[in-house]
Amino acid sequence: MDTVLLQLDAFLSRPFQGDDSGLWYVLMAFSVALPCSLLGCFLLLRRMALVGDAISHSVLPGIVIAYLIVKDLSSPWLLFGAGATGMLVTVLIEMIHSKTRVKQDAAIGISFTTLFALGILLVSLFTRNDHIDADCIISGELTHIIYYEALELFGKEVPMPLITSTIVAIGAIGAIIVFYRLLMLSSFDAGLTASFGINPKVVHYLLMAVLSLVVVTSFRAVGAILVIALLIIPAASAYLCTHRLKTMLLLSGIHSAISSLAAMYIYVNFECSIASAMVVAGLLLFIVAWLFGPVDGLVWKWKRRYFRSESYDYGEVDH
Amino acid sequence: MIPALETHDLTVTYHKRPVLYGVDLAIPEGNLVGIIGPNGAGKSTFIKSVMGVIPTVGGWVKVFGKPLKENITRVGYVPQRGSVDWDFPVTVMDVALQGTYGKLGMFRRVGKKERMLAEEALDKVGMLPYAKRQIGNLSGGQQQRVFLARAIAQDSDLYFMDEPFVGVDAATESAIISLLQDMRENGKTVVVVHHDLQTAPEYFDMLMLLNMRLLAFGKTEDVFTKELLQKTYGGGLTILSEIATAAAKENVKASHD
Repeated sequence: MDTVLLQLDAFLSRPFQGDDSGLWYVLMAFSVALPCSLLGCFLLLRRMALVGDAISHSVLPGIVIAYLIVKDLSSPWLLFGAGATGMLVTVLIEMIHSKTRVKQDAAIGISFTTLFALGILLVSLFTRNDHIDADCIISGELTHIIYYEALELFGKEVPMPLITSTIVAIGAIGAIIVFYRLLMLSSFDAGLTASFGINPKVVHYLLMAVLSLVVVTSFRAVGAILVIALLIIPAASAYLCTHRLKTMLLLSGIHSAISSLAAMYIYVNFECSIASAMVVAGLLLFIVAWLFGPVDGLVWKWKRRYFRSESYDYGEVDH
Repeated sequence: MIPALETHDLTVTYHKRPVLYGVDLAIPEGNLVGIIGPNGAGKSTFIKSVMGVIPTVGGWVKVFGKPLKENITRVGYVPQRGSVDWDFPVTVMDVALQGTYGKLGMFRRVGKKERMLAEEALDKVGMLPYAKRQIGNLSGGQQQRVFLARAIAQDSDLYFMDEPFVGVDAATESAIISLLQDMRENGKTVVVVHHDLQTAPEYFDMLMLLNMRLLAFGKTEDVFTKELLQKTYGGGLTILSEIATAAAKENVKASHD
């Protein structure tokens, strides 16, 4: 019995042995996953899931252009450049969609792929840097955060990217709390919101601005492709488990915490990309929600069907 | 007396094509007004543009003698039921409370007063027992009642309702119309986009006949006439083909005589 406990203890503490890097990885993963999961709830309800994907791809040219100007990968100007192209893609989508007969899904397909392609072109033309390479763009390099400058906080050397993403996360969560009613109302009924004298487009662009900022900080950790998973999987899992928006936000946040932590264990045992591990862990949680979600989990449906059909059979035999 | 709603030369375009053209109108306070006209006549567009939900390209709107912005809390809006996602994770009570946000604003906390307003409104439409239900579990008629409760909770003086009778059962339809009549008795002005010509003369005090232009506006008995309806609907409507058949018969009779 003792040996089992000891083994469990060894397993649980394994990611956090040695230096603090394990702790920084988990915190970094969580600090990008949490704001993503909360914003994802609103994207999901507004049927804008793919806009998150569009932004995450479009930040690339912004990052590269800013890097080419300042020649420093840890400069805040990179965040600025990325945020700018992230916003640009939402404006492009809106323009194509409203000024032509092309519908929104097609407009998304046109705008972000082009910006992403432009980013790739710039990378291959102008940078031969280790930090901006194909791997980093596709799935990020979360473990690289420990190579950045660190700031001494609470007696520990905290890597700068973690500090940036934590500040962005706090800002995003603060914005969601402050503007909760506005977000809820305009997501549910844009007509009513407009009749109150509030332009739903303003809410849309505010949301897009916060989203761009969050996506930009996530880019470094998880790359361009996987951000969409951090945005949508927690929100979709939570959506299957509740009928209340506030509960959905809470569950979505819990989902992001569990998958960030689970990703660490997958990482130390299989030595794989943390970002990918996080998405896979998230998907497992989604499947759990799908099967056992208290609102309309598949298992409860099967159970109901099974018992119902059984009682019908019984009834037929009886009468 | 100051009219509840006054529009002058109200014009709206969609992709550069006009959908509403120079609507001049003054609706006196305390009336139940129906907007009728064929599909695509701009009925919903009219109330949306008056409410500032969609932009206008010309003309102006006054509500109780002032520009809409100054009196926006005196106006309530009930969008089409199909315009929202009924799987949205909110309860019946949450939706009713949304009505109070117009006056409360987007940042102040919901207090006792707002809760009472929402509860009373739900009670009026018979939906209070469902307050804790998720809105997706409601029937079409119940959904419409919730929307109406939200409007009542807005506590406005002038209401715009977009097709409140579409897809509801007969019981809900009569419940809604008696509620609207109650509102009128309390001095409210209610403007309703309506589809059904058969019930229109029975439900409304005044009618707007709309087909891109305002063809007629006035007391129901004055404007619900064959000629005006024909002008509004052009052709192709059952009621009009009936009129045409009747007219043809008379012609045949006349030629036989």
